[in-house]
Amino acid sequence: MRAWIPNILRAALLAFLIAFLVSPDLFDPLLKPLVQDNAPAIYNQGSLLTLTLLHLRTVAIATTGAVLVAVTLAILVTRSFGAEFLPLSRSLVNVGQTFPPVAVLALAVPILGFGEKPTLVALFLYGLLPIFENTLTGLTTLPPAVMEAARGSGMTDRQRLFKVELPLAMPVILAGIRLSVVISLATATIGSTVAAKTLGEVIIAGLQSNNIAFVLQGGLIVGALAVLIYDGFSAIERVLARRAGLSARG
Amino acid sequence: MSIRFDKLGVVIGVLIAYGALAAPFATFRANRIVPGDAKGILDALPTGAGMLLLGLLAGAALIVLLRTPTRLRLLVAAAGLAAIAVFIGMAATHLTPPANAYARVSPASGFWILLFSFALLAADSITRLRPLPLVRVLLLAITLGGAAVVLMSGLWDGLSILKEYSGRADVFWLEAGRHVTLALGSLVASVLVGLPLGILCHRVAPLRAGVLNTLNLIQTIPSIALFGILIAPLGWIAVHVPGAAAIGIRGIGAAPAFVALFLYSLLPVVANTVVGLAGVPREANEAARGIGMTDRQRLFGVEFPLAMPVILTGIRIVLVQNIGLATIAALIGGGGFGVFVFQGIGQTAMDLVLLGAVPTVVLAFAAAIVLDALIEINAPQRERSRAA
Repeated sequence: MRAWIPNILRAALLAFLIAFLVSPDLFDPLLKPLVQDNAPAIYNQGSLLTLTLLHLRTVAIATTGAVLVAVTLAILVTRSFGAEFLPLSRSLVNVGQTFPPVAVLALAVPILGFGEKPTLVALFLYGLLPIFENTLTGLTTLPPAVMEAARGSGMTDRQRLFKVELPLAMPVILAGIRLSVVISLATATIGSTVAAKTLGEVIIAGLQSNNIAFVLQGGLIVGALAVLIYDGFSAIERVLARRAGLSARG
Repeated sequence: MSIRFDKLGVVIGVLIAYGALAAPFATFRANRIVPGDAKGILDALPTGAGMLLLGLLAGAALIVLLRTPTRLRLLVAAAGLAAIAVFIGMAATHLTPPANAYARVSPASGFWILLFSFALLAADSITRLRPLPLVRVLLLAITLGGAAVVLMSGLWDGLSILKEYSGRADVFWLEAGRHVTLALGSLVASVLVGLPLGILCHRVAPLRAGVLNTLNLIQTIPSIALFGILIAPLGWIAVHVPGAAAIGIRGIGAAPAFVALFLYSLLPVVANTVVGLAGVPREANEAARGIGMTDRQRLFGVEFPLAMPVILTGIRIVLVQNIGLATIAALIGGGGFGVFVFQGIGQTAMDLVLLGAVPTVVLAFAAAIVLDALIEINAPQRERSRAA
């Protein structure tokens, strides 16, 4: 197969996205047919670039928090002293996924007020689940032979964790982080219903003023970001998996 | 004799102690939007009742702290949940001045911490007991039935969330109907389209990557944007296709919400059908061919039953996700529980937000338990038929 075609498409998408964010007015003629006579076709209540960066920042902060907490928790419940909590943590993760993001967001508002904070909490809680689940899977499905060898060579518990278990589980953990980031990118837009500065602002402005062009540009920027970040993570996972000596799709 | 502590019990015991002693049990507000006055258990309840609740909680904490039989712990969890349900109702009646329609009493952080502690205890005991799927559904039914009895009895009528409800009971049931119709309707549509599409992708390999990649791309578009984007084409159809408007297709409202939920639902259904069918053991298929089954017989008699647990997992994902996403429909006039959530956010009336959020969470939770049970009931058949 011609392996370079997807890469060219990705590069084109990235170039298009950057061009749109840096000088959106160039694309005015493209979107103009979608709006009624005098309505603006390009979002004019703030800079798209700033909103995109704020959007990415919100997702990055929430995901970093989620990675730290989820990976630590998964490590704790897979050690012998935390094994008692393993079944419960599994069912909690299951239950947690049934909470709708809008509900989490709305319920966080009375405690944290409007703005970025409730969005961060909702994204953090939502991001925990896939990372925790994948870290658990990664740490509990290590090849027994490797674990035996590590134990046999006299490694301490700590050495085993950092030199054997985590590196081997890393591709699966990264897959969880990738999933979590993609979900967060889309969910962050809902944060704008409680006045968080994200790309959701563009979409909601479009919904309120019946401006399809706004909705479309907000939605497509988020979609493009998600596709690019998803592909970036997949590439890193493949490199790590190859280094760990597993198959590319391990 | 040595006393042995339960590790999780220590955590839950501390939570119960904190929720009972350090956090407020109920909040009293003179009307629905002013800041509230937090009350501890002894302030929120008549003296006797307050002491009784504290005593009950202390007893529960003690049983939970020690290594006690799992069934007893489940019983304590159920009793604890029932107790705080009854006492929060009493607190509302006790705190509301007689004949005052404006005062609002709502559960405060202590109540939610206690609720969380006992729910955690229940989840832990149920996980340890590993009940059969039907027993789990029964437990769910008992819990929901208990809540319904308390609701009907009028015990909670003094609580702010029910005061919000009593003002708009008709609208509430209308939106509830819309919410369920949206979530279930789009699920049915996605199964009707997704199953055949999944079978097609399974049989015609070149289609697979293209279809799955397209469906994956749809998932990256944020829900509020997809809902909005669909307004344009559906509005066009309503104007230009004869009869479309007559069956309810319109640019805003339920139609774009329905289509958006349907599009989001396709990926889990199609992908799980493909994975499920691919996981059917080769020997099963060959045996079926060997005894002269036609393609159609093989599909319905062998492949489908074997792939069922995986397909059902996809349907579970879709149903839970749709129940949550249907709240967004309110943003484009599609109705559903989201109406109360967004109205509540707009008026900073959190009781109204709860009126929308609590039923959504309960619905999603119940759907997850019922479908998990269904998946498990279907899974052993697979083992049996493999062994046979």
